Amino acid sequence: MSEGISQPDQREPIEAHAGDKDLFSKFDDIIALREGLLATGQTDPFNLVMEKVLSPTRAICNGRETILLGTYNYMGMTFDPDVVEAGKQALADFGTGTTGSRVLNGTYQGHKECEEALRDFYEMDHAMVFSTGYQANLGIISTIAGKGDYIILDIDSHASIWDGCAMGNAEVVPFKHNDIEAMEKRLKRIPEDAGKLVILEGVYSMLGDVAPLKEMVAVAKKYGAMVLVDEAHSMGFIGDNGRGVVEDAGVIDDVDFIIGTFSKSVGTVGGFCVSNHPKFEIMRLVCRPYVFTASLPPSVVATAATSIRKLMHGSNKRAHLWENSKNLHKGLRDLGFKLGTEEPQSAIIAVIMPDLQQGAAMWEALIKNGLYVNLARPPATPANMTLLRCSLCAEHSEEEVAQILDIFEKSGKEIGII
Amino acid sequence: MDRAQVDAKIRELAEPFNKKGVTITEETTFQNDLEFDSLTVMDFVAEIEDEFDIIISMNQQAEIENYGQLVDAVNKLQADA
Repeated sequence: MSEGISQPDQREPIEAHAGDKDLFSKFDDIIALREGLLATGQTDPFNLVMEKVLSPTRAICNGRETILLGTYNYMGMTFDPDVVEAGKQALADFGTGTTGSRVLNGTYQGHKECEEALRDFYEMDHAMVFSTGYQANLGIISTIAGKGDYIILDIDSHASIWDGCAMGNAEVVPFKHNDIEAMEKRLKRIPEDAGKLVILEGVYSMLGDVAPLKEMVAVAKKYGAMVLVDEAHSMGFIGDNGRGVVEDAGVIDDVDFIIGTFSKSVGTVGGFCVSNHPKFEIMRLVCRPYVFTASLPPSVVATAATSIRKLMHGSNKRAHLWENSKNLHKGLRDLGFKLGTEEPQSAIIAVIMPDLQQGAAMWEALIKNGLYVNLARPPATPANMTLLRCSLCAEHSEEEVAQILDIFEKSGKEIGII
Repeated sequence: MDRAQVDAKIRELAEPFNKKGVTITEETTFQNDLEFDSLTVMDFVAEIEDEFDIIISMNQQAEIENYGQLVDAVNKLQADA
């Protein structure tokens, strides 16, 4: 902004020209779709307010106590007493915010401790904390894959991955979801001397299915590509040490970058990348979504670091979460619902709805009966499906899972879809 | 393969995706005339890529709006391959 230029007291009246185009007209279709849905008396599924949060699995919504089954709070760390205490202490000792970039005044002791916790958790040489998971993907992908490089990625990749691709100007080559052969065919056709980055996710969040990482990472390496795996939905839960599908598939040493988030199992907000690449630290100077934004508040990195260290010893919770996932999957299938995967593969169980109208109606019946799930609709979903996405928590008791199934049965019968 | 042969092959590949039986000319657009959604585009592009053993990156796809432009692009890519 230029300051110091003297402004006249009187401003010229601005006249609108007849030919002016409303830049918002491009949203008319989605405005009409939304208005059409709400005109039927449907409660807006994208405008829910949590009035009070009682625990990782319970909240008050519309004055009603509600079971939470759509929070990605997989390990239930949000109310862990040690984690809460660490946050309070940091707030008292370091204040409410850093008011600065990581490369200027925004790196506190807590940020370094948080990165140290990540290096220990993954047993990797480097860890870099971003302000959100979205920025971690945006930053790393756009910075390492530039003009003339090739990105080969799954068509069902998360929006943050697509946005990172678009920002970096690399040639983007998608392949059919989880299709090893389609991926190999594309890698084979790319010029041998071009830089190549293969981007995969451990768990795909829409259907809760897992990638065949053992095979895919081997194929990527065969063609000399670097591999980035987003483990947002598996951290803390999948793999013997909770390091994700890469650990479970035995390929953690073969991948070049793991991207993750603090907003799911870790229970706060923030994103990160861990890597063993010897030159990795240069990212701190060249990665714009890391440099040109304020760093996370001290309380957030303190809660994240404490939570990550506790997740290292979370094997009992992991076992209980698997039980929950299996029970819910079996129960829903027995009730006659169509699910996103044949077997439970993660802590996400996606219930496939016949269409958006019935999906929205079912969502409303569930919330009125005291259960919150995510309504996912096109274009965020694969194959234009409408999904009721359930994400389980290690803090859901066996009784709660039974209660969840009762609510699904009651609501499904009210709507007439089972 | 010359342009006419490329055209004939792509026409054949497009047929199963042309659900409404729209008559395809050089000016036929994929989005408005053929009403291809993003998934249809991916499947159609994959068929072409496999047939001609080429890659049509998303960046290149963004430049292609109508059928004639697709034939030109594939013709050039397969000649360069």
